[in-house]
Amino acid sequence: MGFDLVPILLRGLDVTVRLTLTSAALAFAIAIVAGLGRLSPFAPIRFLAGAYVEVFRGTSVLVQMFWFFFALPLFGITLTPFVAGVAALALNIGAYGAEIVRGAIRSVPTGQIEASIALNMTPALRMRRVVLPQAFVLMLPPFGNLLIELLKATALVSLITIPDVTFQGVALQQTTGRTTEIFLWLLVLYFALAYPMTLAVRWVERRASAYRKA
Amino acid sequence: MHATVDTPAPTSAPDAGDPIVRFRGVNKRFGDLHVLRDLDFDVGPAEKVAIIGPSGSGKTTILRVLMTLVRPDSGEIVVDGEHLYHRRVGDRLVPADERHLRKVRTNIGMVFQHFNLFPHMRVLRNVTEAPIHVLGLSKAEATERATGLLEMVGLGDKLDAYPSQLSGGQKQRVAIARALAMRPKVMLFDEVTSALDPELVGEVLSIIRKLAEEGDMAMLIVTHEMSFARDIADRVVFFDNGQVAEQGPPADIFTAPSNPRTQEFLKAVLQH
Ligand SMILES: Nc1ncnc2c1ncn2[C@@H]1O[C@H](COP(=O)(O)OP(=O)(O)OP(=O)(O)O)[C@@H](O)[C@H]1O
Ligand SMILES: [Mg+2]
Repeated sequence: MGFDLVPILLRGLDVTVRLTLTSAALAFAIAIVAGLGRLSPFAPIRFLAGAYVEVFRGTSVLVQMFWFFFALPLFGITLTPFVAGVAALALNIGAYGAEIVRGAIRSVPTGQIEASIALNMTPALRMRRVVLPQAFVLMLPPFGNLLIELLKATALVSLITIPDVTFQGVALQQTTGRTTEIFLWLLVLYFALAYPMTLAVRWVERRASAYRKA
Repeated sequence: MHATVDTPAPTSAPDAGDPIVRFRGVNKRFGDLHVLRDLDFDVGPAEKVAIIGPSGSGKTTILRVLMTLVRPDSGEIVVDGEHLYHRRVGDRLVPADERHLRKVRTNIGMVFQHFNLFPHMRVLRNVTEAPIHVLGLSKAEATERATGLLEMVGLGDKLDAYPSQLSGGQKQRVAIARALAMRPKVMLFDEVTSALDPELVGEVLSIIRKLAEEGDMAMLIVTHEMSFARDIADRVVFFDNGQVAEQGPPADIFTAPSNPRTQEFLKAVLQH
């Protein structure tokens, strides 16, 4: 079964996890800002947010990563592999997240907004205390899917020299030639990371939406 | 919205006899549909006005225009001596910005047909939220005010419940407490019992009745409950086709309506 391979693959675990969590946090912030931007009353802001979303959704993450790592230095901007990897992943996933944020905000019933106008809330207060908390609950399930997508996409960073689990696997495969065992273990590893994430998101969602079925 | 209005704005502070709400020549169209037609309409301070009329006649639209949920196309509306959609600059009136709207809106409250409670907040917080964050009350003051109001509507034991745990009648009573917590001078009720099961209508109407008897808040009540309108209103306004077709004391309107449209309408609704 090749249990002897596992400790070597696990050397990349720390990188994969750090990359996932850092990119996820950044992607979340970007998604909120860009999602709100797409709903802004100011046309230039709407345009900028829309352009960002379309560009980063419409092109390959891998090519984006290559740009950050290989092409930007030609313009005098050199990023460490980790920063280039995080930037590409966060911007790409953030673009999908922005659409989730926008959709969730728009599906909060208009009656909620009318009630908060009738209570004379400012637009900012309305957003912060009435709309976003309800939209957040709607965002959680699609955000959970996106988190898993992100975890799986981190495997691409091995192509810009970051030693994550996939990188370790490929290196090991080249030195030992034990192809099937190594890649089988990699699948198991990713799943072992993804499944608890799914459970965690579900748990948060159950807690956050408790008011609905209370 | 017209940029300016020729009619001069009131220059002196309102005295006790002035209406708290005044519509003059208000028009609202939705596409080709002319929903409010040159509407003139006044509400006295502390007056209880019941608005009745056929479906689609514009009753909800009047309330929504007054609550600033829908902008009228033209005309002027004055609330407590102050233009709602216009602001004075020198001796001219210019369209109001959000800040001006917020100032005038402090006088107005509304209760909706579908309650529109905040589902993610417990009952108490539904009622304290705006007093704290809009009026700037301390948490203790807001809680005291909210608890008092919730007890008044008979929900003193539901402070910690979520709206989803309440019946329709209880939800609407929370919504009334929530609106009252802002202490408006004018309260708008838009068919607040028509989404309720019949057996829950009474508990909500009795609270509105109590508010009407207590007094100093003006109330605009759109309703299909004719006997209720007759009981509590100082004046009944029959609305038809975007205009006031007939108005007067309930005794006159319900027993001897002069307008044939009113007669027809009352005949149809009172048969049920
Ligand atoms: N936002 C809107 N867009 C388009 N048409 C609208 C809008 N709001 C209302 N209307 C139309 O304007 C007319 C008047 O509506 P309004 O809701 O004021 O009537 P109402 O007297 O309250 O009727 P009901 O007794 O059925 O509640 C209706 O024909 C309605 O379909
Ligand atoms: Mg209506």
